[in-house]
Amino acid sequence: MSELIRRYGTSLTWIIIAFTAFWLLVLVLIPNFVLFEFSFKPYLPVDQLGGPKDFYSLNNYWTFFTSPIHIRIFFQTVLYSSAVTILCLLLSYPLAYFLAKVVDAKTAPSIFLLLIIPLWVSEILRSFAWFIILAYNGPLNALLQGIGLEPVRWITGFNAVIIGLIYSYLLFMLLPIYNAISSLDTNQIEASEDLGASLWRTHWRVVIPHSKPGIASGCVMVFMLCAGSVIVPSTLASPSSRWFTEIIQQWMFEGLDWNTGAAYAFLLLALCIIFVSLVMRVLNVRLVDIAK
Amino acid sequence: MSEDVTLSNISMDFGKFRAVDHVDITIKAGEFFSFLGPSGCGKTTILRLISGFMDPTEGKVLIGGKDMTGTRPNERPTALIFQNLALFPLMPIWENIAFGLEVRGIDKVTRRAKAEELLKLVDLHDSADKKVSQLSGGQKQRVAIARALAVEPKVMLLDEPLSALDLKLRQHMRAELRAIQKRTGVTFIYITHDQGEALAMSDRVGVMSQGVLQQVATPNEIYNNPANGFVASFVGENNIFDGKIKSIKSGEADYETSLGNFAAKIGPDVSKDTAVRLYVRPEHCTLSKTAAKTGNSIAVEVTEAAFEGNFINVFLRDKVGNTHMAQVQNDPGAPPPQRGSKVQMNFDADHGVLLAHAKTRS
Repeated sequence: MSELIRRYGTSLTWIIIAFTAFWLLVLVLIPNFVLFEFSFKPYLPVDQLGGPKDFYSLNNYWTFFTSPIHIRIFFQTVLYSSAVTILCLLLSYPLAYFLAKVVDAKTAPSIFLLLIIPLWVSEILRSFAWFIILAYNGPLNALLQGIGLEPVRWITGFNAVIIGLIYSYLLFMLLPIYNAISSLDTNQIEASEDLGASLWRTHWRVVIPHSKPGIASGCVMVFMLCAGSVIVPSTLASPSSRWFTEIIQQWMFEGLDWNTGAAYAFLLLALCIIFVSLVMRVLNVRLVDIAK
Repeated sequence: MSEDVTLSNISMDFGKFRAVDHVDITIKAGEFFSFLGPSGCGKTTILRLISGFMDPTEGKVLIGGKDMTGTRPNERPTALIFQNLALFPLMPIWENIAFGLEVRGIDKVTRRAKAEELLKLVDLHDSADKKVSQLSGGQKQRVAIARALAVEPKVMLLDEPLSALDLKLRQHMRAELRAIQKRTGVTFIYITHDQGEALAMSDRVGVMSQGVLQQVATPNEIYNNPANGFVASFVGENNIFDGKIKSIKSGEADYETSLGNFAAKIGPDVSKDTAVRLYVRPEHCTLSKTAAKTGNSIAVEVTEAAFEGNFINVFLRDKVGNTHMAQVQNDPGAPPPQRGSKVQMNFDADHGVLLAHAKTRS
């Protein structure tokens, strides 16, 4: 604090603090508290607000626990978000290592540019692009048939959703792992090899332990983005695949029942918090390591 | 125990740049051998060629007579100590040391015992469970040595491992490294730009410049009988005179310079038409009031006298403006040379040597 005042002067410091406080309070905390309160109240017509039926209860949460379909969708969301997270990790780690330690410093920026360019297009358009690519009569199946293979029905079950989510969030896994591996002294990799370690063991004992904070923050980020994603699951879904965010959206915008919607949203939040703590426990990293 | 290393006429190119040029040498088993040269002379490239991080563009590396081309570092009987040591910061000290054993599938109890034993060897008894960050520079140095020794290498490669230490520790570690080498009998190949280190520790030294091996000899030989001008000026100090040979008679030449003619002995492979310079060590120069009757003498003016304790470095300027240095013994009875005084700098024909320039790329 005194350091801030010394650097920016008293008035500028207060302005900075005021803006931060405004953002945190008005744009984050208050809306969340309002929704949190909503989630414990019943959905009532306007004239009954403040009436005898307007009291706090866990009924909205109870709605979830008494609806087997919602419970199933909830766990499917967890399961497939985890699957996407693991697949992103498996795809990103070799690529991150390649970019950080194998490719020479001159080519790496061009590869990054190629990876980032798709992000310039909005998520909705990218999802639709995949919808077209994966369609039964789409270009991917045309290609498969061209090389003499059977066409595949891609958009069925959660297949297309998983593909779309991996595509959308891969970079959120890649970049933290890339940063972590970049900060590893190349001599350590060489020292490990020189002492007789195989490539696999060098990764297991030297590179992965060093990049654990990056892996953890990548996993946390991808999981939360997947679990909270709306656009990809609703664009690429098949009749049998529904995402938990879609249920929340239904309560809020189709049912206009913000109270139950809020309760569902907080269940999703609780889930994400549990997941983050679990990942940190498994990988044995602290919150500050991830925040880096 | 240990193996010899043969660099069979090796060259290494990086694109158009030739880092190592036709180096051909055999390092004997159990020898302490140093590659000495300024940065960028190709000595680190040689180390990486021996350890197997790359293969030479031309020629072969042989360890114990076996061709190592295509053999990865993890399959070579060498251990490399990196300049920055490259200890694994996330492992405790003993796991660092036992890492080479771990990858060879040796069980934990044996590994731990071996690590403790090596820690005793390098004088770090109670550090097995410490973190790398808890150790001082010198202690980390010893852990790196222990880690390399744990895999029982036939050849130990050291890449300027003392450069990060302070002077006193560096001198201590020199003796320590030498002692460990004698105790284990492993072939040590040491890379350095510090002539003091190379001369003090090595059985033999290879002096390198621009990828070319200039001279391979014992430290004594390197200093007293340098093969060419590069070796003479890189190892130790020298006063250098430009000029040309007028005549050669029974190993001694008449050398003509802008300061007059000097008599000097001729270096290896020098004939009348060779381009040479005259090299005279400062400790072989004497100062006097008047010109000596025999030998070579130059009229000079004292510009500075630096008192070093047991000797004094006297800086001198000749009539064409070149500076020279004479190293004279400290004599408590006599006053040091005064700045500005006119004196004569003398040297014997035996101590002046005419040397050709550095060997260049073939």
